Amino acid sequence: MIQVDNLTVRYGGVTSLDGMTLAFEKGTCGLIGPNGAGKTTFFNVLSGFVRPASGTVRAFGTDLLALPHFRRARWGVRRTFQTEQAIEQLSVYDNVAMMASSLRGGARRADVLAAIEFVGIGASSYAPVGTLGAGQRRLVEVARAVAGKPRLILLDEPAAGLPDEETAHLAAVIKSIPGQTGALTILVDHDMSLVSAVCETTAVLDFGKLIAVGPTATVLRDEHVMRAYLGTAEV
Amino acid sequence: MVQTTAAQKTAPAPARQGWAALRRRDTITRLSVITALLAFTLFGLPQLLSLYYTDAMTQVAAYAIVALGLGMLVGRVGLYSLGQVAVLAIGAWAAARLLFATGQPFPVVLVEAGLITMLLGTLIGLPALRLRGLYFALITLMLSGAITVVLATVNFPNGGGGFTGYNGGSLHIPAIRRPSIAGTDVAYYRYAVVVAIIMFVLVYAHIKTRPGRAWAAIRQSEPAALAAGINITFYKIWAFALASFITGVAGGVLAGADRFLYSIDFHPQDSIALLAVVLMGGVYSMYGAVIAALLNSLLPAALQDWGVSQDWLTILFGIGVVQVLTTAPAGIVDQFPRDMKRLGGLLWRLVRRPAPGAPAASAPPGAPGAPGASRGGKA
Ligand SMILES: Nc1ncnc2c1ncn2[C@@H]1O[C@H](COP(=O)(O)OP(=O)(O)OP(=O)(O)O)[C@@H](O)[C@H]1O
Ligand SMILES: [Mg+2]
Repeated sequence: MIQVDNLTVRYGGVTSLDGMTLAFEKGTCGLIGPNGAGKTTFFNVLSGFVRPASGTVRAFGTDLLALPHFRRARWGVRRTFQTEQAIEQLSVYDNVAMMASSLRGGARRADVLAAIEFVGIGASSYAPVGTLGAGQRRLVEVARAVAGKPRLILLDEPAAGLPDEETAHLAAVIKSIPGQTGALTILVDHDMSLVSAVCETTAVLDFGKLIAVGPTATVLRDEHVMRAYLGTAEV
Repeated sequence: MVQTTAAQKTAPAPARQGWAALRRRDTITRLSVITALLAFTLFGLPQLLSLYYTDAMTQVAAYAIVALGLGMLVGRVGLYSLGQVAVLAIGAWAAARLLFATGQPFPVVLVEAGLITMLLGTLIGLPALRLRGLYFALITLMLSGAITVVLATVNFPNGGGGFTGYNGGSLHIPAIRRPSIAGTDVAYYRYAVVVAIIMFVLVYAHIKTRPGRAWAAIRQSEPAALAAGINITFYKIWAFALASFITGVAGGVLAGADRFLYSIDFHPQDSIALLAVVLMGGVYSMYGAVIAALLNSLLPAALQDWGVSQDWLTILFGIGVVQVLTTAPAGIVDQFPRDMKRLGGLLWRLVRRPAPGAPAASAPPGAPGAPGASRGGKA
């Protein structure tokens, strides 16, 4: 459960988020919008890289913005980045094990291996990430996000540039994250078929403003949303 | 915690087992090669070398530790320190003072010198850690200049009393004590190699566990590391502290090797040459540190032996660094095997040149692109 109230972010003269108010209950939720709409900015606020000009975020009863950014991973915020961040020189295992975790020793090892197993990379956990394909590297990032005890998982365009069959596998994985971990998952993506396949609820941002939120199918048929995507934006 | 789900793609079994088996075989081969090399270095080499070159190899052992520390800073956390020779001087000073003042066993003094250097090095480096890239390099260069000035004023201990242990008017300067089991130059050479091995194992243990993962994450991207809950400042300080510790130990080894220390032995500008050879050797591999030490300490000794001017070194290192920066970022340790492989492939093709009219020969086994061909960044 995440409750965002009146969130505003400004970069100099640019208002990237403009009084965003939004609530997501549970499961996998979509966040879509044209380029520059403020989706990544929203994630940056949640993971603590950007301090908002105003607004509050409560997640599972915690005032998220009050947590210093280095505490948020331990609290359970996980995110992937628009540019892939798997580390080539390390093995799949080490890539996942770098995630902060309260677990130690054998329990931690088991948890990391379970996360790798869960995303179904189709490669040994010993394999260096440098030898994997693009889809597998994305899965490594997802495994990193589900390791430890995640509560809020933010996926920023995880399927960008992947071929269809890899996207389908990724979709199945993302869809089963909340059931596996209990974490609220927010998916940002430009691939509407992926969003419709994975998310029950979807919100739409345009020029930093929330223009629609509701069941995914309804939202995608909304005329404001279609107009925003066609570029004839009305503010 | 997580059960198998429908989302799981079942991978072909050989692909899954492949890496584990390959890794095991790889580890066994690598371990035997390393053991053989070390045995040769410890027992074979001193038989073959003159005393002059044995002494040079003792320096190589000490500087391999220094290069390892600097390579770790550059390759793991991206800190280009130009102050490592000053850190080394602190270690040498501390060890020399302790060796004159106390009767403690040599290994204990080495550890103490390492700890003192770690403390001082980290304290001095702490403000510098907030800076990056060029600024970090500049500030470490200036700090090392300052340390050199202090050491030139205080002087290195020569058996006197008090804090500095300097006895200016002494005619009979006593030599710095060596371990009882390593009094001769050859025995001390072996001792230095063993200390270097221990330091390499210490760093290896760090690289292969949590700190190593954290350093890799920091090098890849600081935002991504932060998002993974990695305390960037803490792990940078850790890297700095570890590098300072082993450099301090190396200082202790040098104190026992040289036996008479003067501040002129530690030029701040040597830090620049050190960074150059470390970059040339390769900062992503621990073998790079050995190559760097050979360039730093054996090559000058050899040039002197052959009567070639040392100025050629400056030119060579300059060209070497440019070469690293432009074409071989992972250094000689990465470049050399690749060149050899290419040469091997070429020779193979020459030998097996198909007779005119015969069908084309199959690809040579040494051809690049084989799965699992090693990439840069292996420890
Ligand atoms: N660090 C920054 N400094 C200045 N402006 C920024 C910064 N980050 C984002 N912006 C601006 O904020 C707006 C929203 O950007 P954001 O990256 O959140 O969009 P997005 O919805 O993620 O777009 P995309 O789909 O292209 O990833 C854009 O106008 C962008 O130029
Ligand atoms: Mg974005």
